[in-house]
Amino acid sequence: MNKPTTTTFVGWGRSNGSVSRHHVLHSDSELSALYTGEDSVIARGLGRAYGDAAQSGGGVVIDCTQFSEIIDLDLSLGRIRVQGGCSFEEMLRYVVVRGWFVPVTPGTSFVTVGGAIAADVHGKNHHRDGSIANYIEELVLVSPDGTHLLSRTSDPDLFWATCGGMGMTGVIVEATLQLVPIESAYVTVDTDRTNDLDSCMELLSSGDERYRYSVAWVDGRMKGRHLGRSVITSGDHAKVADLTVQQRHAPLAYDPKQLLRVPLTPPISMVNNLTLLGFNELWYRRSPEHREGETQTINTFFYPLDMLGGWNRLYGPRGFTQYQFVIPFGEEEVVRYALERLQQAGCPSSLVVLKRFGAADAAPMSFPIAGWTLALDIPLGSSSLAVALDDLDRHVANAGGRVYLAKDGRVRPELVRTMYPRLGEFVAQCQRVDPKGKIASDLSRRIGLRD
Amino acid sequence: MTKDVEVNDVTGMPQTVIVIGGSSDIALATLRVLASRRLERVVLLGRNEETLTVAAETLRGAGVAEVSTAICDVTEIAPATATVEKVMTELGSVDLVIVAAGSLGDSNLEVIDAENVAQTIAANFSGPAALMATISRTLSRQGSGRMIVLSSVAGVRVRKANFVYGSAKAGLDGFALGLDDALVGSGASIMIVRPGFVHSKMTLGMKAAPMSLTPEAVADEIVKGLERGAQIVWAPPKLKWLFAVLVHLPRGLWRRMPR
Repeated sequence: MNKPTTTTFVGWGRSNGSVSRHHVLHSDSELSALYTGEDSVIARGLGRAYGDAAQSGGGVVIDCTQFSEIIDLDLSLGRIRVQGGCSFEEMLRYVVVRGWFVPVTPGTSFVTVGGAIAADVHGKNHHRDGSIANYIEELVLVSPDGTHLLSRTSDPDLFWATCGGMGMTGVIVEATLQLVPIESAYVTVDTDRTNDLDSCMELLSSGDERYRYSVAWVDGRMKGRHLGRSVITSGDHAKVADLTVQQRHAPLAYDPKQLLRVPLTPPISMVNNLTLLGFNELWYRRSPEHREGETQTINTFFYPLDMLGGWNRLYGPRGFTQYQFVIPFGEEEVVRYALERLQQAGCPSSLVVLKRFGAADAAPMSFPIAGWTLALDIPLGSSSLAVALDDLDRHVANAGGRVYLAKDGRVRPELVRTMYPRLGEFVAQCQRVDPKGKIASDLSRRIGLRD
Repeated sequence: MTKDVEVNDVTGMPQTVIVIGGSSDIALATLRVLASRRLERVVLLGRNEETLTVAAETLRGAGVAEVSTAICDVTEIAPATATVEKVMTELGSVDLVIVAAGSLGDSNLEVIDAENVAQTIAANFSGPAALMATISRTLSRQGSGRMIVLSSVAGVRVRKANFVYGSAKAGLDGFALGLDDALVGSGASIMIVRPGFVHSKMTLGMKAAPMSLTPEAVADEIVKGLERGAQIVWAPPKLKWLFAVLVHLPRGLWRRMPR
């Protein structure tokens, strides 16, 4: 067993770090010793949770990124079995060229399968296909009380508590996913520009049936009449017939490259009112009012930010946070209020994304519920942000909505119970497999996930 | 300088706070603001049981769920250290420790003697510094946490009117700066607060200096500092620029400062 070292772990927002022992996992047999040690433990993948979900100050962080084998791929059924630390990026390089794609993907390919399940991630197709848990055929979970083989039929309560459970039930060492077939490594994309929030929501709603994938980029800077002006991109996997002659030569060719890496953290945030003004204006202007059938690569459509390595550094030493919430249909006013409230607080949101969710799954702690989700990247360091976000929490909770724990670094703990009314069921499962409370993260302590 | 802000909430808001010098007006005003955010547990440490009890009541009234008090005299280093360690162990994890202990003492040549000079320095510098060493060890062990140290502009450039107090604060300020640098990489960090003249129990009956402010105004600057992840907070903020000039004033002039 390797000797652990001490490391400062931070979330993707690079803001609220904590120091803990760093244990690089090479074999699942190491876990029982970690669970019987003195310190609390939490699993960590590629660190794309924005807040403090995958760190545990004074405890042990189990780094799963070296535990990343692809164990098996059944080409006829499209079923892949991987170790928990296997990333979407590694998986895609293996399966896309063979004509398969992940059923659900977040906005980056640099997430591990274990992390994706623990956050029950959603993608641009949630309105149609739901979140990742729907495609997990089986998973192997190592908890303090032993190893569990879980599926929708084998110990379903623990299975669902693990999906979206933020790592609190144990370490996901293995998972079997059902992939979706594709004809090409391209996406056919339609783009629409809208002038305000209402037309944006209308267009997204009417596209539910038509498009497998859809998302709106919102200009968080616009006020009044143009509040919520946006660029909507929708699409589906391209058929070979949709491709150019040149692309048809190798329709499944897939070898994405990182274009650039941010080499260092600038002393001040490069994301501020001034740079945002230029960026947002440019982005909106360069988008066509309406365009159909554009062919994009998988990475341009799903993972545009993956091309700029370490982009989170652009926010400078203070870092940033992402505020993502969902509110049920009928509570659209909260979306408008959120945009207005943050503008009023003088907190520029750099990247604002709006999308529709379909029905929730059976997981008690899964984030998506049917409704609208808005995600805002906000630089930290403004003294009016804390109060503004606390205020938004109340509006979201009152509307029957919730914030996404994988993004969170600051939600008011007392509202978590309102936002996640099934917390009790979840705690019962945690209690069952981890009676001594060995598993803890900064997140779980901060918001009382085990109380 | 790049440094991670080591508080378990990205907007800097603590849930569990220990105050050393628990009846300090500035500390209490700060806690009242934090109570409206997400403050849940507070332990007040101080010399005077009565004022601590009153302070605790105020905080309960402000909605803090758990408030407790304990007697702790920072000039009695051994028992004070034991108390702080016990409180920190009982709490399990601490987001923020406010070091607010201090007393103005005397700087009048007619009055000062070996004993009261030693006492003023113990109350403002050596006592708090000794406890900060203990606290930083515990915060490092939990891998996160923050300290707020109430320094003073009196320590930025020591002046005749309160040179004993001022030099003790200068010592504490330097100690805190050095300790904070030493703590980089441990998960713990320190925010230094340098208020100007504050209308409080400590300055009762004194003639106010220019740019004086209330404990509530200092508290607002402190909370803003927490939210920004500041390392040094001046209250009011413009004192930073004023003192950038004042430190270079010729000594002959500085000596003639009325207060």
